Amino acid sequence: MSDITKQSLTNLVENIRNKKLSSTDVTKAFIDRSEKSENLNAYITNDFTSALDKAKKFDQKPNLDLKLPGIPMAVKDLFCTKDIKTTAGSKILNNFIPTYESTVTENIWNEGAILLGKLNCDEFAMGSSNETSFFGNVQNPIDRNLVPGGSSGGSASAVAGQLTPVTIGTDTGGSIRQPASFTGIVGLKPTYGSCSRYGIVAFASSLDQAGPMAQNVKDCALLHEVISSYDPKDSTSIDFKRNHYSKELTNNIKGKKIGIPKEYSVDGMPKEIEDLWLKGIQYIKDCGAETIDISLPNTSYALPTYYIVAPAEASSNLARYDGVKYGFRAKGENLIDMYEKTRSEGFGAEVQRRIMIGTYVLSSGYYDAYYLKAQKVRKLIKNDFDEAYKKVDAILTPSTPSSAFKIGEKTNDPVSMYLNDIFTVPANLAGLPGISIPAGHDSKGYPLGLQIIGKAFDEQNILNIAYAMEEKINFKNKITDWWIK
Amino acid sequence: MSIDLKTIKHISKLARISVDEKRAEKLAGDLNSIFDFIEKLNELKTDNVEPLTSIAETTLKLRSDEVKSKNIREQIIKNSPQDNEDYFVVPKVIE
Repeated sequence: MSDITKQSLTNLVENIRNKKLSSTDVTKAFIDRSEKSENLNAYITNDFTSALDKAKKFDQKPNLDLKLPGIPMAVKDLFCTKDIKTTAGSKILNNFIPTYESTVTENIWNEGAILLGKLNCDEFAMGSSNETSFFGNVQNPIDRNLVPGGSSGGSASAVAGQLTPVTIGTDTGGSIRQPASFTGIVGLKPTYGSCSRYGIVAFASSLDQAGPMAQNVKDCALLHEVISSYDPKDSTSIDFKRNHYSKELTNNIKGKKIGIPKEYSVDGMPKEIEDLWLKGIQYIKDCGAETIDISLPNTSYALPTYYIVAPAEASSNLARYDGVKYGFRAKGENLIDMYEKTRSEGFGAEVQRRIMIGTYVLSSGYYDAYYLKAQKVRKLIKNDFDEAYKKVDAILTPSTPSSAFKIGEKTNDPVSMYLNDIFTVPANLAGLPGISIPAGHDSKGYPLGLQIIGKAFDEQNILNIAYAMEEKINFKNKITDWWIK
Repeated sequence: MSIDLKTIKHISKLARISVDEKRAEKLAGDLNSIFDFIEKLNELKTDNVEPLTSIAETTLKLRSDEVKSKNIREQIIKNSPQDNEDYFVVPKVIE
């Protein structure tokens, strides 16, 4: 079967279960394609040799009852993998070998999947284009010199380019949904507390969530079912009854009420995005659901709030990188000098910028004016959603205010880069689940996504809505293999 | 508001990131444009709003304090940037 890498996760699992394919066949196919895809720069570290060994071992004694039997998978390099280098896209962790495994990846391996390697991402997940990675830009499989989005840019590129059947990313302000939208794939940011943060390199702890990225909604549901678990090792992990998301997936969304928030129609939004949104509203109606105009009045304050809360938490989380216990160390004349040089040489420009913002807003005399203010506005933003969900079951918005842009186009203007996350950030601030599904193309042929935001712990509902819409949209990603060697 | 070079130097000290003149100027420019954008929050009256400090509305669970990872000292020391079998080594602190 030459088209193994084109198959969905669901098909691959089925083909391995009914013995039409072995884990070795599948693993070989994805390794082969990954090796020919160096031009995408999607991988930071590969583990191909050991992946093939594991696949052979799996085939000798296959456990076909597992949810991901012998399925190879590459993951974002923000997840700690035991004995495998984990860099978070940073020079400062360039040589870091974790002694433990993140809970989310452990859940994946426990269900039979096999690690292919670690995928490129913005440094410490701080970026919307994958251009802040110490390991270089990632190419979007859609077109040459196009960013794949970020921060899970390597993950998005690897799924869209068929280097891995599915993957996991992390989403602090849109880092799963925005790159999913830019590359024509599906990405889910779960409810805060649904997936354990244990072993994920921390960025902003009150916002970070891991989530699945896949070629279709069903694959996304299956992977979500595997990674979501209660974990005593994460004090913010929440113990609630989790669904069998893939089994319970249905395209019957008749009678569901979907809110259309008028505040998401922002100034300067391209007509193509507006049109896509209108099409989405029609798809919802075609599925037998109802759309209701709603208001989320504080939407325009979400991004400024995020750019206080996230850097504040980051400045505190990243204080641990001091060149003492692990990671890069610069030579210094004394201890303080060593700290300062290590952090100056070890962190890239964007990370330093955010640490500086965070340090400033938390510093004496400014805490109330910035950090406390932001926490209060965050409450107002959450209240907006609480109010809306008295009337609707979910909310439909565009995923991003534009399609993917060219590499280098926005690197000199941090604020214009930050505006990429204008539609995704509110769900993080309110801790809500959001899914981006590919819904059309712009005039350049680049993919555009729609986002469905749900109530807390209501992943099943937004997956169902996405599943029903996916059928109506019938999106085909335009992948030409231009990068293949 | 405006963040001047003196403030940048002060924050960089607090953040333990050494910043030269050229970088400080660039950072001042960037931070000023970012804070111009953040200032938008001042449009909102928030005097009577409770700050949101935790998104997960649950109480922290207690668990017994047990050692789960044992004998990983060597592995951990191996990640240390300066080779030493027994300790983390830093530049001399006491003269």
